[in-house]
Amino acid sequence: MNPDIITIRHLDLYYGRFHALKNINVSFARQRITALIGPSGCGKSTLLRVLNRMNDLIDGVSITGQVLIDGENIYHRETNLMQLRKKVGMVFQRPNPFPLSIYDNIVYGPTLHGRPNRNQLEEILVRSLKAVHLWDELKDRLGQSALSLTEEQQQRLCIARLLAVEPEILLMDEPCSALDPLATLQLEDLMQELAKAYTIIIVTHNMQQAARVSSDTGFMLLGDLVEFGPTSAIFTRPRDERTEDYISGKYG
Amino acid sequence: MLTREKLIEKALLLLALSAIGSLALITIFIFLEGLPIILKTGLSHFIFGAHWAPTKGHFGILAMILSSLYVTLGALIFGVPLALGCAIVLAEFAPPSLTRILKPTIELLAGIPSVVYGFLGVILLVPLIRTYLGGPGLSLLAASLILGIMILPTVISISIDAMHAVPTLYREGSIALGATQWQTVRKLVLPAARSGIITAIILGMGRAIGETMAVIMVAGNALSIPTSILDSVRTLTANIALELGYASGAHREALFATGIVLFIIIMILNTAATLIAGRR
Repeated sequence: MNPDIITIRHLDLYYGRFHALKNINVSFARQRITALIGPSGCGKSTLLRVLNRMNDLIDGVSITGQVLIDGENIYHRETNLMQLRKKVGMVFQRPNPFPLSIYDNIVYGPTLHGRPNRNQLEEILVRSLKAVHLWDELKDRLGQSALSLTEEQQQRLCIARLLAVEPEILLMDEPCSALDPLATLQLEDLMQELAKAYTIIIVTHNMQQAARVSSDTGFMLLGDLVEFGPTSAIFTRPRDERTEDYISGKYG
Repeated sequence: MLTREKLIEKALLLLALSAIGSLALITIFIFLEGLPIILKTGLSHFIFGAHWAPTKGHFGILAMILSSLYVTLGALIFGVPLALGCAIVLAEFAPPSLTRILKPTIELLAGIPSVVYGFLGVILLVPLIRTYLGGPGLSLLAASLILGIMILPTVISISIDAMHAVPTLYREGSIALGATQWQTVRKLVLPAARSGIITAIILGMGRAIGETMAVIMVAGNALSIPTSILDSVRTLTANIALELGYASGAHREALFATGIVLFIIIMILNTAATLIAGRR
């Protein structure tokens, strides 16, 4: 099996006339955590949203180039977007559990893609909640509204909701920005665990977080992917002056 | 400077109270005028009596209550599916530029005088019903159809607002799980907007039950409990408008009493709408 699950070739993205991503060429490794860092507006969230085609929802976006996931170009005309997004799940910056019960949040995804019976749903529920360490806390209150949970629990629930549709890739768009430092550390532990079975791409403006959790790091600036490599190398021996300036805190 | 500020504050308060004051006045007035006859006839006799012959002293408004309810129910049956379909398309599927044009256009419907709806009903709808379905044409069905159209702007506009109030974050979460747009609407947006949509329907009901002119023109106004949708009916509002001109004494009081019944029905509907809208 190819060690790279995602390969991006000559990717350009425009919002109207604004050139938001400039000739991106990069590959992301399977079952690793890859971090995308860079100052606000550098295009890191946009690049993340290229991978599950969430940019399609925005008017006036045009994209050229290739994005291969397991060798298939997801920008091919016949790509099934529902299947793509099932395979490539996303965790958002602000926890966004649906205004439904905890139970209904978890079974939301599985019932979109099939007609699982009660037993299967039960099995999915337990497995997903256990994977994010929420089962013991929530097993007696599954009927309660998901909005009654703490922010950290909500974000975990969103991850569990995602795991319920059995994705392969998890896109995380600054998943800890609404959380306090302790909750952030706990979520980072969870990411490390999940990386044993899933490929994780995380966008973060927190360089220490990238250094703590990721195997590979990409530094982006003004739509360019300036430098990409093993996290230890990026943080200790950056090759590009702009990377070094950002990491040493000269801007950003 | 400060005194002037205070003065303006007081003046504004007075203006705000005047609106509430007129509501209070109307309430007191119709109750003063109408309550004695209800007490004299007996509440259950007044509401459940089927015989309305005011000049002979029979004051039973059951036929009119039922007619009002049937006409309103009919309006909901025709209007609500249409309105919800329209609201879903405009809120979720149509490009925003189109919604920006169509929503104000639909809201214009609310500005058309009800006599115009009645007029259209009489010259277009009533002959069609008479020719193809039989009966007098002036009927429960005609009134329901016209009212069904008249409640569209209320129900559509408030439903769209309710759906727009559902955060984009939820929609993105659903789409990102691989849901289609329709699945997102059905499983997430509609349940999340439910209280707003129910409010919209209740306010539409209030509009239908209170409408007078258009109903008088197309309903036929016969004083009997309808047994078919092709029967001619007289609603509570129609009865007040038709008879007040020549009523006097107990008859006049009975019309005010009819007003009390309407007033209470509308109050119940509005309170329900407020309670549901406030629940999250």
